[in-house]
Amino acid sequence: MSTTNNIAQARKLVEQLRIEAGYERIKVSKAAADLMSYCEQHARSDPLLVGVPTSENPFKDKKPCIIL
Amino acid sequence: MGEMEQLRKEAESLKDEITAARKAVQDLTLQDHVAGTAVVGRVQLKIRKTLRGHLAKIYALHWGTDSKLCVSASQDGKLIVWDSCTTNKVHAIPLKSSWVMTCSYAPSGNMVACGGLDNMCSIYNLKGKDGNVKVMHELAAHTGYLSCCRFLNDNEIITSSGDCTCVLWDIETGSQKTVFAGHLGDCMSLAVAPDFNTFISGACDYTAKLWDIRDGQCRQTFGGHESDINAIGFFPNGNAVITGSDDASCKLYDLRSDQELITYQDSSIMCGVTSIAPSFSGRLILAGYDDFNCNIWDSLKAERVGVLSGHDNRVSCIGVTPDGMACCTGSWDSFLKIWN
Repeated sequence: MSTTNNIAQARKLVEQLRIEAGYERIKVSKAAADLMSYCEQHARSDPLLVGVPTSENPFKDKKPCIIL
Repeated sequence: MGEMEQLRKEAESLKDEITAARKAVQDLTLQDHVAGTAVVGRVQLKIRKTLRGHLAKIYALHWGTDSKLCVSASQDGKLIVWDSCTTNKVHAIPLKSSWVMTCSYAPSGNMVACGGLDNMCSIYNLKGKDGNVKVMHELAAHTGYLSCCRFLNDNEIITSSGDCTCVLWDIETGSQKTVFAGHLGDCMSLAVAPDFNTFISGACDYTAKLWDIRDGQCRQTFGGHESDINAIGFFPNGNAVITGSDDASCKLYDLRSDQELITYQDSSIMCGVTSIAPSFSGRLILAGYDDFNCNIWDSLKAERVGVLSGHDNRVSCIGVTPDGMACCTGSWDSFLKIWN
């Protein structure tokens, strides 16, 4: 009984590995360039990266934020 | 048995094939590519709000899509929905089981979900007619604890469990639409891709898996960690995955080149990573650790550029608002802190 289970499991693993082996990979240089470019493009809109002016900070006590 | 041996050999050969295929596309490393880029300047975030009210360890938090409301879960047996600006408690929901490990806010804002050692995912309706928050559904079928849950929409939720599977549920009927099986250890965490077509899971088998939500197929498996993966998230453009592990490191795996590109670690950090979240642009990675701190990493240069120290116990959960305006940390010290 357990032998049949083991074989079934092993078959599933091989099947899964076949799917993963068939994956079409792009070059790391392209992947890295795209990551870097995304970061650059969005840097200015990243408040934690560039800082938040007090007047625009919803978590600073002065300005109440309204939930619509 | 002849067939068993044959299958074992085939598995080994396929694993070698995958390793070789990954190497074959490694024409450059991420480090090479960003060699000319400067590390970001020191990031110093301040605590803007402290959310007080839980009476025991906080295990999970999740921001609503409006970037103002968030839900937290504590083993004091409560889910609290907070207005993070005013620090008011919008809802304080008593749970049937206090052993909660995860919570999630529906994108619509209409519901929250939670679960834990009760092996169930309980869905709560926040917009009930009489104003009371009640259990709307209890999704039961997992044979292990519920470690994480994330809504796709008001009728579909994905859960990860200590029974080594993830499940896509139809909330209304309470049925399992798809079971995602393949991990060889407890599933600890999951994250849904920005386009909602795929999700990733991190498990105690030290791997992360990418799943196709509609056909249930595991498309990719990422290894490299030397211990349990506790936390997982998507890089904002959906093309990379970030993980945090008990091996004290975080990693970034690129999906399209199918490999690990970078590891975030430091010899001075020897404790496990509990939680992880990218900043809005992805340039910063915020990770919570067992040593009560949260480290901020430059995601491209792999250097530590900031620390959030403010908790008196383990940081168990972290989340950045969808608009990127602030980060919230939750801790075993029973407090949530909002930083920016």
